[in-house]
Amino acid sequence: MTTVAPSIPLKQRLAARGLDGLTLLVVPAILFVLLLFIYPFLYGLFLSFEPKAGGVFANYQRFFSDSFLYGTIATTLWLALPVTIVTLALAIPIAFRVRLMRNQRLLTTILVIPITLGTVLVAEGLLNYLGPQGWFNRTLMTLGIISSPVKLLHNYWGVMLSLVITGFPFTFLLTLSYLSGIDPALENAGATLGAGPWERFKHILFPLLLPGLAITFCLSFVQAFSVFPSAVLLGAPAGPTRVISIAAYQAAFEEYDYSMASAVAMIMAVVQLAIVVAVLAARGLLYRGPAGGGKG
Amino acid sequence: MVKDTRLSTKLWAAANWTLIGFFIVNLFAMIATVVTSSFATRWLGTWLPAGWTTRWYSAAWSEFQLHDVLFVTFQIVFLVVALSGLIGVPAAYALARRDFPGKKLVMLLFLLPLLVPPITFGIPLATVLYQTGFAGQMSGVVLANLVPTVPFVILVMIPFIEQIDTKIEQAARVFGANTFKLFVHVLLPLLMPGILAALLLVLVRTLAMFELTFLTAGPTSQTLVVALYYAVFASGVRAVQSIDAMAVIYMVTTLIWLIIALRFVNPTQIVARAKR
Repeated sequence: MTTVAPSIPLKQRLAARGLDGLTLLVVPAILFVLLLFIYPFLYGLFLSFEPKAGGVFANYQRFFSDSFLYGTIATTLWLALPVTIVTLALAIPIAFRVRLMRNQRLLTTILVIPITLGTVLVAEGLLNYLGPQGWFNRTLMTLGIISSPVKLLHNYWGVMLSLVITGFPFTFLLTLSYLSGIDPALENAGATLGAGPWERFKHILFPLLLPGLAITFCLSFVQAFSVFPSAVLLGAPAGPTRVISIAAYQAAFEEYDYSMASAVAMIMAVVQLAIVVAVLAARGLLYRGPAGGGKG
Repeated sequence: MVKDTRLSTKLWAAANWTLIGFFIVNLFAMIATVVTSSFATRWLGTWLPAGWTTRWYSAAWSEFQLHDVLFVTFQIVFLVVALSGLIGVPAAYALARRDFPGKKLVMLLFLLPLLVPPITFGIPLATVLYQTGFAGQMSGVVLANLVPTVPFVILVMIPFIEQIDTKIEQAARVFGANTFKLFVHVLLPLLMPGILAALLLVLVRTLAMFELTFLTAGPTSQTLVVALYYAVFASGVRAVQSIDAMAVIYMVTTLIWLIIALRFVNPTQIVARAKR
């Protein structure tokens, strides 16, 4: 005696749950990401516990006992956090301004250029532009603001400026797209009830924008934290701008110690994750109701 | 919007515009420096170079073997574009049309490679690719570049596909079209603008993708941006102008495709796709 034989064929029962031949079209993409993203990550994680010499945690012990290695975390944070805060502080007021514009396309197109050109070209351009004989220093000297050229290359400031140039457009466009998602009727209601621009910003728009800003902060921070080419080309890769990705790169391609390199990459991922989780946890405390028109 | 005419508001607006003007002026001045320098005979300690020449372009062309580099770059880029379209579009179709258990997890799986920065996942990925023998040649570079582009195509295409009325597909089914015929004769023509936009963005991203290519490329599989990095890294060996000429060639290659892409997409789409 068995249970009632399933009168509906398996194929149809699966189809009712959304699984049929068409759904299988997603399988190659899933396999691809599993094979080339998830597997290397897990492989790297395991590899980091199989050091060339010493016990299971030898790589991590080495990292956290050598100031030349663990110092890179602070160096990178010291670059990435100010850059993220500066770009956000610039992006928010400008996004509020641009939101009111009828034709945003020209401005957004100009801002997409540095993202498209990428960090290597910006680094190469800044090497010319910010140099002691470059146009930037010349202009400042002609205007009488400075008497001798400011040193902006091969130190902290070069990397910082290049990160702001590539990071600002990204932060700005993301902020703008979040801001455009807020229904203007909410602000108009505030204006009708007599709220001035600052009150409208403080009590209506900013609280609604905050969850979006949290995401923007995370994405901008993670981008800045993984700085590599500009830290090498514009910074002082042996000293003040020896960021964590340089440490990982040197372990992998100069010492050929893939186990150590994986350990550094894992530490890099953990630090990024820690900041992102902290920001998103804080975001959980914020208002998360409808802000857009129609859908909410 | 209510028009505000107070002085403080106007001053604040002026401050904002000054800031944005300052940013744009510096950006263009930076680009102009590179272009000017690439045409300069000698440029030391003056506002403008002593004379103008185009010889750095032929110098850069032969010194950096740009003929080979450009050929390799376009081979890699077009392979990445074709493969990410072939893998990504069908997957996006399945995700747009079907609701199945675990769909949220699958979406997260496709979001991760876009959110994790390339250098973080690039090092373990390069390790695996070196051990399997793919890295150091073109196939490894293509595989590494596909990791962010396949999810990118999927996420860009899903809303495009959701816009298409399912009745059109049902009609095609009624007339006996199988999934393949449906794709080729019905969906592909309807989705062409979306696919074109997604693939052009993939093209621009791959041209500018430094980290993944840098970590996996060998001497014969460098793309233009990696060759430029090595040239800047070893500057002092070559004349500055010749590196700048190469930078201009890179800029022109990338910006042409950006301009074409911008005919089909809104610039904010280039960054705003990852948010959700």
